[in-house]
Amino acid sequence: MNKVKQKDLILYSGLIILGLAAPYLFSAFKVQLTYLCVLIVLAMTWNLQGGEMGYNTFGNILFYGLGMYLTASVQVGMFFPLAEWTESGGEKTFVHTTAQYFQGIGVGLLVSAIIPALVAGAIGYAILGLRGHYFAICTLGLGIAAGEIAGGIEIIGAGQGFTTPPFPAEIVDNEARGKFFYFLSFALLIGTFVFVKYIYGSRFKLILNAIRDNEDKAEAMGIQTMKYKITGWMCSAFFCGLAGGIMGGLIGYIDSTDVAFDGREMGVFMVLMAILGGKGTLWGPVIGATLFHFFKEGLWTLILGWQYVALGVLIVVIVIYFPEGLMGWLREKYPERFGEVIDEKDRKAQVELK
Amino acid sequence: MDFLIFKAPMLMVQASLDGILLGILFALIAYGMALQWGVMNIINIAQGDLVILGGYIAYTMYLAGIHPAWGVIVSPIIMYFVGWYLYKLVINKVVDRDLFISILATFGIAIVMQQLMNFIFGADVVVAQSEYGTTMLFDNSVTLPNSKIFSAFISVLYAVGLVIYMKKSRLGRAIRATAQNARAAKILGVDTEKVYAATFGINAALCGVAGALIAITLTLHPYVGLPYTVRSFMIVIVAGLGNLPAVAISGMGLGLFEEFADYILGTEFRIGAVFMLLVFILVYRRFKLSKKREYLK
Repeated sequence: MNKVKQKDLILYSGLIILGLAAPYLFSAFKVQLTYLCVLIVLAMTWNLQGGEMGYNTFGNILFYGLGMYLTASVQVGMFFPLAEWTESGGEKTFVHTTAQYFQGIGVGLLVSAIIPALVAGAIGYAILGLRGHYFAICTLGLGIAAGEIAGGIEIIGAGQGFTTPPFPAEIVDNEARGKFFYFLSFALLIGTFVFVKYIYGSRFKLILNAIRDNEDKAEAMGIQTMKYKITGWMCSAFFCGLAGGIMGGLIGYIDSTDVAFDGREMGVFMVLMAILGGKGTLWGPVIGATLFHFFKEGLWTLILGWQYVALGVLIVVIVIYFPEGLMGWLREKYPERFGEVIDEKDRKAQVELK
Repeated sequence: MDFLIFKAPMLMVQASLDGILLGILFALIAYGMALQWGVMNIINIAQGDLVILGGYIAYTMYLAGIHPAWGVIVSPIIMYFVGWYLYKLVINKVVDRDLFISILATFGIAIVMQQLMNFIFGADVVVAQSEYGTTMLFDNSVTLPNSKIFSAFISVLYAVGLVIYMKKSRLGRAIRATAQNARAAKILGVDTEKVYAATFGINAALCGVAGALIAITLTLHPYVGLPYTVRSFMIVIVAGLGNLPAVAISGMGLGLFEEFADYILGTEFRIGAVFMLLVFILVYRRFKLSKKREYLK
């Protein structure tokens, strides 16, 4: 037991050191690395929902977009009138000082974590009562409706978009901006990972799995499933909101349907990454997101214009031929590594049954 | 109330007529969705994109100088084969899998189709002019494009034709048998694989008709497929599978809702209203069903 823990310790400290050193080692790729952290966070939180709880949602994009708008709005609204800011296109009339900028983004991120979680809690009772594909379609509708509605609201820029506050003028240096957002997202990644890891060792995870495997039975066993489902969704929303807030600051411009409530990209990516890595595993989404990001960044520029075709084909292929994901495949191949003991007789009997 | 629509009663007549005619068109798409959902147990997210593809076929004919109304005959024939090949390529692998897999797989198909249409037909909003003129009603206060009347008429024609076909023909009976019990149908000698392919083909053909009609009456754009999927999904949930009159009525209801939402909320919220309606319907349904839950006593 001790040995395993030591191995884990080495692995985690190695990864953290790698993460901390990454912006210095690959200083040209800081934005990509930030993206990667955010993608991993999104995949992990989706996995909590779709993988562990069995509620396949397309709607986590709702919290992501909400977080993005909230962070930017708070950051602006704390110091300047929001309506005038969006009307003037942002930075031209008002300038944040360094202190204001960091205060704003701090409070904004706090708000963008709490409000999406509260929203998830508020709509959870109604939405999470839906089962299976009704839930999937309903959340798909929610995500798109949110985008369409945000595109019609004047105060957050409506269709023309919302420019988030630019990085303080005193630190014009791009290097510092990249590092700031990278470390922010890296901190979020570590926070999410620790949280999810904690959940994986807790009773909560077993309850979520029970809900996934058979909700009626879980209920019959005396578990108040609705309570746990809502809690699970709120956890997802919390981290999705934070991820959205960071992305909004990084991109610098929020559009209702193409950046914030981007169901066609982010909303699909998070599902795809979790499935690619393996649903219902701790490391699956991390590996899936990393692979996907490398694939995306490597291929996107090569096949310019065809990337969505490639994405669509990738979805179809993964879903049809690879639904268990990488971790599922590894588990099938090397069950011993996952601590599963296979009874040889039992296996033979299973084969014969087939 | 400060809305224009409540001040001018004629606008209400206008919106109602528009809504009903549009709703009949939605009902046709929904009928296709109900058919393949009922038979194959698949929710096809690419439904709307099949519609748009059908529309582009009519638009291509229009560009070639043929009257786009002929699209209602040509488009379903082409779309039938598109559906057939789509089935052979992808759908047959997801038929007896989890519904979420079919949702995701068809979502992937939808993305591919959108992008390919974007390449081939361009990202502009296009419309095929039918030049049917307009009908004026009530002292010219209500204008009704003849193309809308034409589209409603053709939709009804196709729907009725399909119902008769499903009742009378051999394939129709095979489809209904498979929908009731695929295994039993297989035992009794129905080639279910063929039935599935034909069902998906018929669904695509219906989408083709609807698309050609949309090309004439509304506008086409590569990325507007999803709202049509959601509309048909909504209609099917409200009406239930295989209940044709209910499909027609709820289709018209949806059309009315949309036209009124358009006037009251403004055009920019139209699609948003459709998606919110979906959420409300699902949530309402969930509360209604949860009241019916049975407990062991």
